[in-house]
Amino acid sequence: MADVIARDLRVARVERRITLHKFARRKSTIAFLMALPLITIVACLVVYPALYSIHLATLNKSMQHFVGFGNFEFLFRRNTFWMVVEQSLLFAVTAVIFKAVVGFVVAHFVHNLPAKGQRKWRGMLLIPWVIPPAMSTLAWLWLFDPSYSAFNWVFAHLGIPQIAWLGNPYWARFCVILVNVWVGSPFFMIMYLAALKSVPEQLHEAAAIDGANWLQKIWYINVPMMRNIIQITALFSLIVTFANFDIVKILTNGGPVDQTHVFATWAFTLAIWGNDIPLGASVSLFMAPILAIAAFFILRNVRRRGNEA
Amino acid sequence: MTMTTATATATSGKVRVARYGSISRGRRKTLFWSYVFLILFVIFFLTPPVYMLITSLKTSAEISAATNPWWVYHPTLSNYIELLTQNQYLTFFRNSAIVSVCVVSLTMVVSVLAAFALARMRFWGSATLATGVFLTYLIPDTLLFIPLFKTFAFIHDKTGIELINHWWVLIILYPTLTVPFCTWIMIGYFASIPKELDEAALIDGAGYMQMLTRIFIPVAIPGIIAATIFCFTVSWANFLYPLAFTTSADQLVLPVGIVTTLIRGDVYNWGQIMTGALLGAAPPLIIYAFLMDYYISGLTAGATKG
Repeated sequence: MADVIARDLRVARVERRITLHKFARRKSTIAFLMALPLITIVACLVVYPALYSIHLATLNKSMQHFVGFGNFEFLFRRNTFWMVVEQSLLFAVTAVIFKAVVGFVVAHFVHNLPAKGQRKWRGMLLIPWVIPPAMSTLAWLWLFDPSYSAFNWVFAHLGIPQIAWLGNPYWARFCVILVNVWVGSPFFMIMYLAALKSVPEQLHEAAAIDGANWLQKIWYINVPMMRNIIQITALFSLIVTFANFDIVKILTNGGPVDQTHVFATWAFTLAIWGNDIPLGASVSLFMAPILAIAAFFILRNVRRRGNEA
Repeated sequence: MTMTTATATATSGKVRVARYGSISRGRRKTLFWSYVFLILFVIFFLTPPVYMLITSLKTSAEISAATNPWWVYHPTLSNYIELLTQNQYLTFFRNSAIVSVCVVSLTMVVSVLAAFALARMRFWGSATLATGVFLTYLIPDTLLFIPLFKTFAFIHDKTGIELINHWWVLIILYPTLTVPFCTWIMIGYFASIPKELDEAALIDGAGYMQMLTRIFIPVAIPGIIAATIFCFTVSWANFLYPLAFTTSADQLVLPVGIVTTLIRGDVYNWGQIMTGALLGAAPPLIIYAFLMDYYISGLTAGATKG
């Protein structure tokens, strides 16, 4: 009798384990099916092409046979390539630094205003970020026009010499960076403004009592409190700026004499116009190391932030 | 102990009273300089769009007459009328609109489902997948277009399906940019919904789909709006994919259409280019004007939720 009961109990327990197991499996199966479209899109349209471009970079121009590092050796021997490396780094680093500085300063000015008026100013200041970059760059192209430049018209009236904005390599580099700063700094402004809102007002009051001036308040309170956001925003922007295409393509198309090409525009010129897909792929792969480094730090910061919360 | 705190508050109170006047004067000064500098920054930020508007109201004759470029002497809407009665520009607009709407709906369905699964229903490898989604968001389109271009040519060779030079191919391409980011911010929004809500739903006998449609989607509506706006802006503004994948005039979308067809050789018809660009920038600007708060919360959610 006792044996039978014990056996029944065991059976029941086993059965329950099976149903629990089945339940868990069912839940995870449903979850997996729900994530399947995402997995498909990411695998087919992002991961596969990214890996495929590594394979492409090792082929010759007609994509008939394997040349190993041939494309890279060819690139290393070309002056244009080193120019592009230099310009890409100069462009990305300078633009991110200026965007961060402008965004930081503007965020503080907006934060100083009474709460009621802030919305209006924030709304106006974010407009450059909302306009599609291809369209706003056209406006800049027209502002920099060689014969009708509206800036040069102002300069002429102020007695300042005319500037060949996009004709001179140095000014062209300046213009590309300027337009990028114009497009990108509103994003920094919004991020820093959000971070500023989370700095407790008591800290500023305490500092004011201790006799700190505005610069000390910013440097010793705001910067440390906002450090995580400052880093994440700068790294995000570094990735986007480093991979920038629209602005350079429309404003200078790499010219004058390839002086303003960045990796993305040069890869496009080689692959689509020059019909040398493997060479273009090798050029675009040079973006990967910087992206990987930036991604590593972003992920670390985001994780750390997650732990704090 | 109580003594010291009492004196501390007393002294700090005294200090505050003593410096009260100077603080308020300081505030007024800060406010004044903030306005001065903000006006300068607003001028810098708004010069290009305002200049677009000024130029769009001019005739070609006035533009080439080298008068004051910052003023319109004979305002006219002829550029707008010309563009809006021209079939070509309307085709670009239609292509852009269809592509954006399709991409937005596709992305939102895919990313809301996936974000729900990743945020609430754990499965093997779900944590890794969530990180992976974030990492794929960081891979730019400038790295992907060459292998995708080659893959599409390869598909054409093998199956005869022509994928290059059709506007609808952009519906396949844009999700590479929108899906990872939207999934990422939706995971953030879903994770912030209290667990008690779904436990209550489970006890009441709701299935997972019901839990998603009855609880998660209604609660996360602000997040969904923010993600939708992001998605729309990205697919409206992308320039690289259409430039690489479409060439014939009737297959172009707005950004590329304006750049390639309104600039004929070295002839720049600036009045029309600026009008086209301004009209092309209008949909995102209108959405932004009405839904600014959602727009901003979408911007900040990407990096602050995690």
